[in-house]
Amino acid sequence: MAAIAIPHPAPAAPQRHLSWQAWGLIMIAPYVLVFLVFVLYPVSYGLWLARHPASYQTLFDDPVFFRTVVNTVVFLLVAVNLKFMLALFLSGFFVHERRWIRWLSVIFIIPWAVPAIPTIFSIRFMLNPEWGIINSLIFRLTAQEGPNWLNNPSLALTMAMLVHIWKALPFWTLILMAGRLAIPRELYEAAGVDGASPWQKFKFVTWPSIRTLYLTSTLLSMIWTLGDFNSVYLLTGGGPADLTHVLSTLGIRYIRLDQVDQAMATIVVALPFVLPLVYFMMKRLSVNE
Amino acid sequence: MNRFVREARLWLVGIPILLWTLLPIYHIFLFSISTKDSAFSGTLWPDHPTLRNFVTVFRQEHFYLHHFWEQIWNSLWIAVAVGLLTLFVATFAAFAISRIKVRGGRTVMNAALFTYFIPAAFLAVPMYKAMGTYGLLNSRWSLVLAMVTLASPYAIWVLKQASDKLPWELDEAARIDGATPLQLFRLVYLPLMTPSLVAIGTYALLLAWNEYLYAFLLLSHENTIPLAVGLGHFLASDDSPWELLMATALIYALPPAAIYYAFRRYMVGGLTVGAVKG
Repeated sequence: MAAIAIPHPAPAAPQRHLSWQAWGLIMIAPYVLVFLVFVLYPVSYGLWLARHPASYQTLFDDPVFFRTVVNTVVFLLVAVNLKFMLALFLSGFFVHERRWIRWLSVIFIIPWAVPAIPTIFSIRFMLNPEWGIINSLIFRLTAQEGPNWLNNPSLALTMAMLVHIWKALPFWTLILMAGRLAIPRELYEAAGVDGASPWQKFKFVTWPSIRTLYLTSTLLSMIWTLGDFNSVYLLTGGGPADLTHVLSTLGIRYIRLDQVDQAMATIVVALPFVLPLVYFMMKRLSVNE
Repeated sequence: MNRFVREARLWLVGIPILLWTLLPIYHIFLFSISTKDSAFSGTLWPDHPTLRNFVTVFRQEHFYLHHFWEQIWNSLWIAVAVGLLTLFVATFAAFAISRIKVRGGRTVMNAALFTYFIPAAFLAVPMYKAMGTYGLLNSRWSLVLAMVTLASPYAIWVLKQASDKLPWELDEAARIDGATPLQLFRLVYLPLMTPSLVAIGTYALLLAWNEYLYAFLLLSHENTIPLAVGLGHFLASDDSPWELLMATALIYALPPAAIYYAFRRYMVGGLTVGAVKG
């Protein structure tokens, strides 16, 4: 064996450098393959399927479509901003050093850690107008019938937004908390010496430090919330009468009806909004590298 | 007095948070230990709590539950496969980009980030179509590969961030000693990266176990669907056994919660570091 090995020349320095590069290419190949086969090809093929103007004509003629766009915009503006204001507030609460608050933060993360389907179904049953626990409580406390939560489109969409907030709030609170904890304590101490009120401390110390994080996170959350299929589909199924759809559930509805071109067109409609945000996020993360 | 007011204010925030967080969870638990009659009476605690529902689930004694064990096995199989494959794909990619500085690494990182930022439900539509073209629909591999596609961008990014922090002298020493890239990877890189690898493996595993949308799009055969899709089937009729659904849902939700809390130390540190930087 050793005799066979001898003829091989010891690799020269540049060659060895090349072989490290070759190894690098081999190691990166699995992901490149995944990207080409399961992202680039599907997306290109999908865009090609969505090339017919007729698809968009049909889409705009679908009476559900306009309502869907309105729902999506409301969902993004109201749910995401409400979620972030709450997260900003709660991150300020959770940074207090108390044993019970640390325990509460452990419990608080549950909605994010458990799968969507059990908890959203649970909320769906809680909201049942006849035997749901919410209306039972309302009846017991006020002797009045509670509202038919999921049968009124505006109310149902509001509930879907609350479900989204319930599920996503812990994650973003955690992110903003990490942002707050990164602020040097001395800044607060100095502000305290100067007699700053809690509001002034927030305005002049906390907010300037986490403003960028807050805005970036909000934008990122807006892109992701566009893809939040579960909160709407598992709670309302898009109903009543297809009036609570958002773009993601509408796209999937077309797939279930076997209209893939239509489904792709639904997504392409959102791209003028999504792509600039994605570009912005990518630039941000590249800068911070 | 001032101190008392301050503490009271904290409790005034804390108690609503506790109720808001736990109510839907408690409601699952409440339903799962209730008989059918008491589940629908709107009480906060059943008159006769029972474990009967769980027995029914474990014995698969209902139409919707005939494939319970098979579905939970599918969920487990898919989650473990996604965890391992994501680790395999992402660890090598991060090593190549961060330590070998492979040519084109930056482009690949950008491609990964692009994938990470696309809303998941948007990618689902073309993915569904492509899986059909590949003839993978209704095979568990379709869901595994789809979830690896979704999990690896973030995995690569987090691993690259962690990897960039390792001292460069280690690589130089290894290279001078004539180590091959594989030796550097196995003997230096993997041991140092273990905490991040645990976090990423757990992240991918939970992502796959919890996934509903891709699972129900890509898999529809009763023998291939994971438990999440099986749970969705309960909604097919209006008089489904909700107490059995909630018992099954509780069983389904417990493993990911347990795993999350078991690895929380790694998860919180490993997964938020990137987000904060952004």
